[in-house]
Amino acid sequence: MPVTDVRHDPDTLTLTITAEFAAPVERIWQVYADPRQLEKVWGPPTYPATVVDHDLRPGGRVTYFMTGPQGDKHAGYWQITTVDEPRGFSFDDGFADLDFNPDPVLPVSRNVYAFTEREGGTRATYVSTFESAEGLQKVLDMGVVEGATSAINQIDDLVA
Amino acid sequence: MTEADEDRADALFHALADRTRRDIMRRVLAGEHSVSTLAARYDMSFAAVQKHVAVLEKAGLLTKRRSGREQLASGDVQAVRSVASLLTDLEQVWRGRIARIDDLIALDTTQQANTDQEG
Repeated sequence: MPVTDVRHDPDTLTLTITAEFAAPVERIWQVYADPRQLEKVWGPPTYPATVVDHDLRPGGRVTYFMTGPQGDKHAGYWQITTVDEPRGFSFDDGFADLDFNPDPVLPVSRNVYAFTEREGGTRATYVSTFESAEGLQKVLDMGVVEGATSAINQIDDLVA
Repeated sequence: MTEADEDRADALFHALADRTRRDIMRRVLAGEHSVSTLAARYDMSFAAVQKHVAVLEKAGLLTKRRSGREQLASGDVQAVRSVASLLTDLEQVWRGRIARIDDLIALDTTQQANTDQEG
């Protein structure tokens, strides 16, 4: 299991998750630098992601949409703030309409991804900080109808 | 737990201790449904389905609103989740992504091995 550590901070609405991958830092960077690879890992199988614009430079934008089981589309963007190839990057994540105009109402999360060499592999640290619980909820609703379903399935297991 | 919390937990577990009601919850968490649309999904009377919806509503798991002659029901995700559980759900999203990265890079090794064999 590549996930080695998870920290929840409900006060600051921050999730920090650490994983170790059996590949060099440059290889992990490539997952984010290549839109075709990024879309393979970003969305769950039931909500696949399609990356449209991809400019992984400070001030650049990455835009994507996710397609739900009913063909419903949900668009989002990354506004890239800092880039330190191949050691990591940071960005603000937000929602957009289908023309990728940022949604000004919905709050965004701030994200910092860092990759460091560890014993020939890579330790990746992902930090996501949300502005509000509503924003976090919205992220979960988008592409995570299955998250709600899995929560219900857990209750199923409990009462079975 | 306070008495009120205990009452709420009772209502919650009672509401979810029924296969049809759990199925209704899955549907209304995914989006708003009219009670009549829901009723059409099950091999039972409209009144019976309406009763299930009422139990879920009483437990605070879904909310209803009226639109013309229709009663529209939607799942109240907030009601069943605290911020802590939101972070747990987000963690699941992340675990999914990390597992997919792991699969993707494992593919490199497999492809490399195949190339080596062919060469």
